Amino acid sequence: MPEAKPVLMQGNEACAVGAINAGVRFYAGYPITPSTEVAEQMAAMLPEIGGVFIQMEDEIASMAAVIGASIGGMRTLTATSGPGFSLKQENLGYAIMAEIPCVVINVQRMGPSTGVPTAPAQGDVMQARWGTHGDHPIIVFSPASVYESYYLTIAAVNLSQKLRQPVIVLLDEVIGHMREKVLIPEGKLMVEKTSDKQVPHDWKPYDDKGLTPLVPFGFGHYYHVTGLFHDQYGFPTGDPMQVERALDRIHEKLVKYRDEIILTNYIGHKEPRVAIVTYGCTVRSARAVVKKAYWQNRLPVGLLSLQTIWPFPEKEIEALAKQADVIIVPEMNMGQLVGEVERFARGEAKVVPLNRYDGEMINPDQISEEVGRWL
Amino acid sequence: MGNRQEILLTGAGGQGLILASIVLAAAAVDDNKNVVQTQSYGPEARGGASMAGVIIDVDTIEYPKVTKPTVLLCMNQTSFNKYLPKVGPDCLIIADSTFVSGPHSDEYKVQAFPITRSAKDELGREVVANMLALGVINAASGLIDREIFRNSIFKFAPRGSGELNQQAFDLGYRLFEEGSGQNNEASAQTP
Repeated sequence: MPEAKPVLMQGNEACAVGAINAGVRFYAGYPITPSTEVAEQMAAMLPEIGGVFIQMEDEIASMAAVIGASIGGMRTLTATSGPGFSLKQENLGYAIMAEIPCVVINVQRMGPSTGVPTAPAQGDVMQARWGTHGDHPIIVFSPASVYESYYLTIAAVNLSQKLRQPVIVLLDEVIGHMREKVLIPEGKLMVEKTSDKQVPHDWKPYDDKGLTPLVPFGFGHYYHVTGLFHDQYGFPTGDPMQVERALDRIHEKLVKYRDEIILTNYIGHKEPRVAIVTYGCTVRSARAVVKKAYWQNRLPVGLLSLQTIWPFPEKEIEALAKQADVIIVPEMNMGQLVGEVERFARGEAKVVPLNRYDGEMINPDQISEEVGRWL
Repeated sequence: MGNRQEILLTGAGGQGLILASIVLAAAAVDDNKNVVQTQSYGPEARGGASMAGVIIDVDTIEYPKVTKPTVLLCMNQTSFNKYLPKVGPDCLIIADSTFVSGPHSDEYKVQAFPITRSAKDELGREVVANMLALGVINAASGLIDREIFRNSIFKFAPRGSGELNQQAFDLGYRLFEEGSGQNNEASAQTP
């Protein structure tokens, strides 16, 4: 084990350090509050290790640059916030369709539009899922601490490479700007090798036999890359059978590797009467409530925190709904993920939203009051 | 309150309070404690009022924002007026008498020290008032081992100014040991 020294680090910095430890060597972005520190950290670190940092003219171009570098064989990252995330959607869809790996960090701020740049919110949950058009798969992580920002970014880079699938790390202003003590192993690369130069002679860029490694452009194999529906070789097609097969193909890889993608954590009573389901910084307030209600007072209360919010942890919610009478879903928005929770609770538990959208964090008192109402 | 300490540093933008909170948090890490640091962003961080919070605990820290301060530093009159009513009677309140003229009431444990004035008069540099304030806070509260704190200050200081910042920290200790002008409005000066 490499030595791990405790350091004080910001959530945004942890994303940058995590990305670099996962082998990211290319960053293109356009700075925006509250994500700017990711760019700052990458700008400071990348040149020293032979990487590339480019500040592009806008978010659309940043996303395009990241996709280009990825298909050239680099591990890539970009970071933004709401308004920039909106601009990235078109190219993000392209990356999903053409199966080009990349990681996008979105540090959520209060929206819509330019909103309140420095206020935290969790309003981009549905945008992260459906921001780009068409039936597309997406992976979205939501860290609740500085350390989770670090390791979920590493997981994002590695999964993105393995599945050839863009991954979004959805922070909020609280986690992005907060400084916390973290243990980070020094000088250790957490790179999962996805492919080696040894690809089969009959390699096809979009082989329908399952996952195919990406061969960087110009490394012996020549292929076509397009956002149009394409056949196994990457050439455009409108043939209904091939179209359906291609769409199934990009979705099935996430289904097949579900267990590697879905990360959740349950704490509290074995058979809770009242359960809390939440993600991001709100997890911290919920954890404070469960600490008091369960550990100190032994009340039947539990917390399911979601590190992965998309694909949605359906099975986990189904199982929880069978145990709990009431599921409370605190979110710093007007109610986004609560709909999914309700869908997969399948009427087995009452699902109660708890929303705050004034640009302030949901505090433990608010959650505890709601929990008390149902006990 | 036990092991949990919540420190609120308040004043005007430009007084170095955000940096002070980061140095304090880093010192807590070096002293093997759990710590979370937060700060107010936005327009108030660019000129007007400035606020930073540090929570130090032996337990893990969940909710990251300061709710019940155990230590409050006020570096100007506006922040003193704003935050004094928000703290409990047990909170240790340290005011920079260079800018805070009171009112001091018996309800609160207010200790006033000429923080900025001493930095200027004795060290010739007003900018180290933030490190001086940390010295006063640590002397008054014993949050962090003094030597560990001094080393953390050295690490964060811009090149060549490590010793000056440590001197400021030590001067904070001296001010505290000499005693405060508690509840003494005559000791206060307007800038």
